Amino acid sequence: MTLAATAGHPGFLSPTGVEIAFVLVGLATFGAALVTVTTKQLVHAALWLVVALGGIAVEYLLLTAEFIAWVQVLIYVGSIVVLLLFGLMLTRAPIGRSPDADSGNRWIALGVSVAAAATLVWVVVDAFRTTWIDLDGPAQGSTKASGEFLFRNWVLPFEALSVLLLAALVGAIVLSRKDRQDRQNRDGRQNGTSTTNGRGSGYGTSKPAGRGTGTQDRPAAHREDKS
Amino acid sequence: MNDVLDVALRLVIVFAVFMVVPLLVGQAEHKVMAHMQGRLGPMYAGGFHGWAQLVADGVKFAQKEDVVPADADRRIFQLAPAVALLPYLLVIVAIPIGPSEGAVGQVVDAGIFFVLAVMGVGVLGSLMAGWASANKFSLLGGLRTAAQLLAYELPMLLAAASVAMAAGTVSLPGILNAFEWWWLPWQIVGALVFFVAGLAELQRPPFDMPVADSEIIFGAYTEYTGLRFALFLLAEYAGIVVLCGLTTVLFLGGWHGPLGADGLGWVWTLLKTGILAFVVIWLRVTYPRLREDQLQKLAWTTLIPLALAQIALTGIVKVAIN
Repeated sequence: MTLAATAGHPGFLSPTGVEIAFVLVGLATFGAALVTVTTKQLVHAALWLVVALGGIAVEYLLLTAEFIAWVQVLIYVGSIVVLLLFGLMLTRAPIGRSPDADSGNRWIALGVSVAAAATLVWVVVDAFRTTWIDLDGPAQGSTKASGEFLFRNWVLPFEALSVLLLAALVGAIVLSRKDRQDRQNRDGRQNGTSTTNGRGSGYGTSKPAGRGTGTQDRPAAHREDKS
Repeated sequence: MNDVLDVALRLVIVFAVFMVVPLLVGQAEHKVMAHMQGRLGPMYAGGFHGWAQLVADGVKFAQKEDVVPADADRRIFQLAPAVALLPYLLVIVAIPIGPSEGAVGQVVDAGIFFVLAVMGVGVLGSLMAGWASANKFSLLGGLRTAAQLLAYELPMLLAAASVAMAAGTVSLPGILNAFEWWWLPWQIVGALVFFVAGLAELQRPPFDMPVADSEIIFGAYTEYTGLRFALFLLAEYAGIVVLCGLTTVLFLGGWHGPLGADGLGWVWTLLKTGILAFVVIWLRVTYPRLREDQLQKLAWTTLIPLALAQIALTGIVKVAIN
């Protein structure tokens, strides 16, 4: 990265407009994050998380990392929070306070988060020290710059991450499939003739052995072949 | 000072476009639906062809009482229409309608990511509305909205990524500068996937299961009245404009056309966008609603494989050309 390491940087005492904005947005983000973990209204917590994640995207923008900022919005605000809200609505999303939304682990959680934050701040401060981004020059976090940097210098970590994500994907599929068949088998034992949830069309014909008592002992792989 | 004036002028123009074009689409929908289905209702107001029907609708919405249900989460309920509408305003800023510097609100370096990211935020408005209404139909609508978004976001992104690969840039004007006419057949599958997925994200028929009136009244918007309801409708029409504009820019060559290259590019953009908007309305009138499981199946088993195949094809052709 070609961060402009200017020798005589302006110093901290005469902040520019961008720097002031950065600090203010940072404070707002911090506040939103605090509310996210302390509010007793579950859905409000998810919505405050939107504010916090959006605030981080604005910080990226102020640091000229435009590409990262939009990806942050796309992935975190647009997908992960929607997934969170979806999960909340599917399970339990009461309007108003949930008195049991408190965790007994909150002091441990505070300790862990402070330690993590301290580590990150230390790493970032130690890595960059007095490096200053030249805001007036060409954007250093543009898509082109990010892409070249990523695929010239950091291809191996990038590919390793892809493999990790792929593994997680396969794992998720395996878990959900196994769960479904277990349930079908359980239902099959309890109620020999009924099909489950309308999904088991052909259940009775393709898996006649499922009604037997010995089904739970059959290995998972074998069951998978049958379906 | 000139810079400030320039920015202010651009913002005012974008805002004007944002207020006017969705209403034009709404008016067109009234008339096209009336003709296609032989509806006589909206043909009287104002005399000729019922031109004042939209005005009458606007007045009606403004007159209605703004009701917040007693059990609702007040603030979120009231905030939701703004969250649904504002993203589309932001997206319109980045869509270029002509080749010159003055024909786009603001050139965004990572344009595709910007528009798709911000459009995704709009769905939060529907989710907030669905949850905060304290109504089981609204909650079901919100759930269906979320499920639909999760399913269709992926094919939309993949189709857009294919164009970005072909052009070698993610900037919207950059893509149009690189456009050649033969991209049209080359990217046609991606274009269809993008358009269909976009329709599903807007919850337009035939993908309007989240607001299916015969099952869950009006989904997430059941409890809304008056102007807030009108804002949701406006968000839908703004969404049509944005989707058609984006499809035009990404897949149909935007300002490129067989003739009139100098100075008249914006006419092509508007023409193509208008035709696509007509198609959106046409689909609403002619197609039955997809069932919820059919919706999910279409996304996961048809659109995503098609989008992946398009990306593979794009990659192969790109390598072959170079």
